[in-house]
Amino acid sequence: MNSDQLFNNSSSTDRRLSILTKHILASSSSSSLAMVSPSPTSASSGGGSVFSNLVQAPEDPILGVTIAYNKDPSPVKLNLGVGAYRTEEGKPLVLNVVRQAEQQLVNDSSRVKEYLPIVGLADFNKLSAKLILGADSPAIQENRVTTVQCLSGTGSLRVGAEFLARHYHERTIYIPLPTWGNHPKVFTLAGLSVKSFRYYDPTTRGLNFQGLLEDLQSAPSGAIVLLHACAHNPTGVDPTPQQWEQIRQLLRSKALLPFFDSAYQGFASGSLDTDAQSVRMFVADGGECLVAQSYAKNMGLYGERVGALSIVCRAADVASRVESQLKLVIRPMYSNPPIHGASIVATILKDRNMFQDWTLELKAMADRIISMRQQLFDALCARGTPGDWSHIIRQIGMFTFTGLNLDQVAFMTKEYHIYMTSDGRISMAGLSSRTVPHLADAIHAAVTRVA
Amino acid sequence: MANSMLSLTICPPSPSSQHHFKLGVASSQTCFFGKDFVKAKSFTRTKMTVAVKVSRFESITMAPPDPILGVSEAFRADTNELKLNLGVGAYRTEDLQPYVLNVVKKAEKLMLERGENKEYLPIEGLAAFNKVTAELLFGADNPVILQQRVATVQGLSGTGSLRLAAALIERYFPGAKVLISSPTWGNHKNIFNDARVPWSEYRYYDPSTVGLDFDGMIADIKAAPEGSFILLHGCAHNPTGIDPTPEQWEIIADVIQEKNHIPFFDVAYQGFASGSLDADASSVRLFAARGMELFIAQSYSKNLGLYAERIGAINVVCSSADAAARVKSQIKRLARPMYSNPPIHGARIVANVVGNPELFNEWKEEMELMAGRIKSVRQKLYDSLGAKDKSGKDWSFILRQIGMFSFTGLNKAQSDNMTNKWHVYMTKDGRISLAGLSSAKCEYLANAIFDSNHNVS
Repeated sequence: MNSDQLFNNSSSTDRRLSILTKHILASSSSSSLAMVSPSPTSASSGGGSVFSNLVQAPEDPILGVTIAYNKDPSPVKLNLGVGAYRTEEGKPLVLNVVRQAEQQLVNDSSRVKEYLPIVGLADFNKLSAKLILGADSPAIQENRVTTVQCLSGTGSLRVGAEFLARHYHERTIYIPLPTWGNHPKVFTLAGLSVKSFRYYDPTTRGLNFQGLLEDLQSAPSGAIVLLHACAHNPTGVDPTPQQWEQIRQLLRSKALLPFFDSAYQGFASGSLDTDAQSVRMFVADGGECLVAQSYAKNMGLYGERVGALSIVCRAADVASRVESQLKLVIRPMYSNPPIHGASIVATILKDRNMFQDWTLELKAMADRIISMRQQLFDALCARGTPGDWSHIIRQIGMFTFTGLNLDQVAFMTKEYHIYMTSDGRISMAGLSSRTVPHLADAIHAAVTRVA
Repeated sequence: MANSMLSLTICPPSPSSQHHFKLGVASSQTCFFGKDFVKAKSFTRTKMTVAVKVSRFESITMAPPDPILGVSEAFRADTNELKLNLGVGAYRTEDLQPYVLNVVKKAEKLMLERGENKEYLPIEGLAAFNKVTAELLFGADNPVILQQRVATVQGLSGTGSLRLAAALIERYFPGAKVLISSPTWGNHKNIFNDARVPWSEYRYYDPSTVGLDFDGMIADIKAAPEGSFILLHGCAHNPTGIDPTPEQWEIIADVIQEKNHIPFFDVAYQGFASGSLDADASSVRLFAARGMELFIAQSYSKNLGLYAERIGAINVVCSSADAAARVKSQIKRLARPMYSNPPIHGARIVANVVGNPELFNEWKEEMELMAGRIKSVRQKLYDSLGAKDKSGKDWSFILRQIGMFSFTGLNKAQSDNMTNKWHVYMTKDGRISLAGLSSAKCEYLANAIFDSNHNVS
């Protein structure tokens, strides 16, 4: 038996060859362009290694910022790259309620480490669906939602996209311009083709609402549309509730399929319910959608990789068939998800006191970020930095799209040791009252000295 | 309930005339009166004006349960008190309870006391874990380690590590095939299918001897196109429990080198098979010692009992440190769009146990106990079968096979009999997990096997 019975090899070989060629040409150095030889794995060609045609990949643009930061010896360096919350003292934070939950789990001698089901921890799944959709959601009560535990936001997006690439008739996904750097790769590798719709308006540093509506209006019926549920990454620019309603109507009128990325529920405004409004608005009209949830930021569980994919369907039996197919995506990817983070989340969500404590810690994080926004804005105004900086306080969530260009960003890194992504995105979570002046100085210098 | 004949009326008011209805879909179709129904009523009156909004996923069929993981589901549903779960390979104590190793509990308590943060790991995983896992596999003083020729990336246990390797093969070795043993772990083919890597089988299990079809294996590896990937089980072959001898491993290596194939090891039972970490790694070390480039997927699910933590690694031995660095960078590019970076908890446990001499020694003792218990139930099962079966059938393969599983030689009908009549749950290929067997149940199991073997065809 072999896989030829399952898919045609010759055309996929051509496809692979052309993809390989693109990889080599796209990232090649001056050294050997060892193109694919007749026996590509023959160690005798290409200098004794079957890997001679693999070039060094560049560091991931977002995660690479931290790597560069770590190498910098300057005492005033500031890491505003990756979106991980920092305290006022500039330290990573593990929430008290998380420590408490973990204590409980580790000290419970009855706990075992048996494989979770492919779809993950059942309690966690139910509680996650309730968290994003609302405890009284009709979709949940009617059993129309399937929720599967996945590896944080990325894993949820990937599993959802693989599912759509296999089972949905429209294989194009529209993503906002700009969006999180990893989105296009996740969807492309899953087998979807990626198009974009206008989103950010650099002249207003706000939403290009007209452009958004036009572009989605001209999308083919049934196409998938990626929406950031709140705290758009990287811009921090969110539609208003009225704009969300218009977006909803447009999507429904063209049967476009919404795929929400919810990475900041509770973290953006400080309120779990407020930050879920966009998703709930769509679910309330009885239509279908996908939601990828992450607990990386709002529970500070970054490295535990906890998240969930929910697919809201029109009917209960559809939801259970969809779930069975999700399992076929997951099993050959990693078999079943990791237990630790999901257990922490479930412990907190199901205990009324812990849940309360969590909401307070969450609000404290969100409030600190909002205050950093205000402080930075005030500092720039105090310096008379040219330009309108009000977008800093209008934008929401962890990130601010400064509007600085590539040269200005490079200048800030070189002269002021400020690390951010090259699109001018800064993580407000990495700022403190102590470091705001340094950042304000750097922005002021960049804007006045670099075109 | 079943409503296969529907006139579907599309809601006129909105330009939503492009809903993708699947007409004539049989059975389980539920009608939902969405908001648009209310609007439609005022516009159209046709027979059965149900403004049905059919799901865009309506045509999706129910997938079958996983052949391995589905066995446990069926077991849970069985209410008979004699039931025995010999399905999935998860270790059980003599009391048939799941087992969390003492060293794991100690490591977790240590981690709790230290109060470490939960920041993202790098894409390639926890550096301390990657270091100890490669050293565990090759030996800390192995030239491949000293020369930094191993690219190690933390992966989601065995499955996730295999998947990363498959993705690398798909991207950088287009057209190359993977050869998998016949039979092999059921999920291998799914992994390569989803990664779009072509595969074919090499002969492995010989039902007439309940042993290794070595000549067939060698012939098939020889016949494969030059530069194929050969998937090998490092030890304790799953599902058969039949491993090549050291002499046979040498010949396998010879043929692979002749044909410029790339060995691809799946190491899920290091230490668990024989009880010795080094002995169980000897096949991998043999190949590395020949200077070959190879892939190795590792799992800590069984040997450290960390099943649900999903901790493992993909290791790629390259001919140079430079190649290893490049390979590692390319594996990261595949992991990032899959899950960004791997989970910390299991990685820290392994790093703490393997990296701490005291805990490491304790671990070796616990592993010997687990492997020892399995060897002793093999013996007891063999003895019980000998007592029951006076037909002269040779059951000694049970003693020769190694690891968690035994390939009983029972066919599908006989395996079904095991379940339906005896409430013994196993996979349909005749595989039983000895890790799920207690000495107390050996006699019962022997009766079941004897009955299925002799009275069912």
